[in-house]
Amino acid sequence: MHEMGIALQIIEIATASIPPNLADVRIETVNLKIGKLAAVVPDSLRFCFDVAVKDTPLEGAKLAIEELPVVAKCKDCHTQWTISGPAFKCENCDGGSLEIISGRELDIESIEIAEGD
Amino acid sequence: MYLDKFYKTLRCHHRSDTHHHHPHPEDSGSGITTQKSGTREIKVVRRVLDVNEKMADENRKVFAEKGVFVINVMSSPGSGKTTTLQKTLARIMPEIKSAVIVGDICTTNDADRLAVSGAPVVQINTDEFGGDCHLAAHVIEKAVGGLELDDIDLLIVENVGNLVCPAEFDIGEDARVVVLSVTEGEDKPVKYPLMFRQCEVALLNKIDLLPYLDYDKQQAIDCIHQVHPNMPIFEISAKTGAGFEPWLDWLKNKVRQKTN
Repeated sequence: MHEMGIALQIIEIATASIPPNLADVRIETVNLKIGKLAAVVPDSLRFCFDVAVKDTPLEGAKLAIEELPVVAKCKDCHTQWTISGPAFKCENCDGGSLEIISGRELDIESIEIAEGD
Repeated sequence: MYLDKFYKTLRCHHRSDTHHHHPHPEDSGSGITTQKSGTREIKVVRRVLDVNEKMADENRKVFAEKGVFVINVMSSPGSGKTTTLQKTLARIMPEIKSAVIVGDICTTNDADRLAVSGAPVVQINTDEFGGDCHLAAHVIEKAVGGLELDDIDLLIVENVGNLVCPAEFDIGEDARVVVLSVTEGEDKPVKYPLMFRQCEVALLNKIDLLPYLDYDKQQAIDCIHQVHPNMPIFEISAKTGAGFEPWLDWLKNKVRQKTN
């Protein structure tokens, strides 16, 4: 629901990441990691991003999204597993005290800029 | 409307800029470049929401200095957040000096209802025509400016009614509370797992209506515990005041721990 705000934040971070000596470059791709537990819908984010990049250094850039699964680790028996449904119980010992290892990500990994001209 | 929202959000982000210095890639050693055919990849490795997270940490620092316990109350629209908070304030004031920040897209109706308690209330309207779906940390920072933090022990933030987005945004609170009512589906917790994982306690509201509904309360409790095992659940009726004692005890205890 707040994908437009996220898209604007991505554009801001990506723009600030362009090295100063490459002021006029074109950004081709923004590589993003989104965990399955983040409250962001990749398709909505791509739509907002495509609208919001107009008249910015990112105009025409592609948003490459890698979705990450929800991985949890049991604090009792240290089992680590991938959660596929909304059940947050250890698959080994049934314990409920767990640490979310991944799945909450909303990270910009890198930007790719066109070489040469 | 879309553009309205676009510019509004843009303004918000510019505001938050003043609190944040963007590191240039070479600052942090993260500017390693790698060659790909025809393109050059520049490592960024930053959390998209780190501006919000830093602001939330700033808020948390202020709340710690002032000894104020802060709860972020979230739920879907219509679950009874405002009535629950009205009744809560009536029972804990003036013993616990409280203030409220209430977020809505539009109107000051909730602020008017909460102000009856005598607690200072700051209303935030995210936008008049379909604005932000959540309260972010910088909005709280601004709202706190209108409160005398030295005079209060408890700050209650009533978030925008929404089970999705508010769960994602840290505002610098000590604890998150979710309100679920028995007129909603029993399976809501498994439909909105992030919200129920992020919150410390759940209030199951409107239990006075149970005799008139085909609601399976045990199923709702099981659904909550499926996404958040052992989550404390307080069964309450904001209308009749039933079940409030354990909830108020929990709250008072938390305030005492923070302010002592």
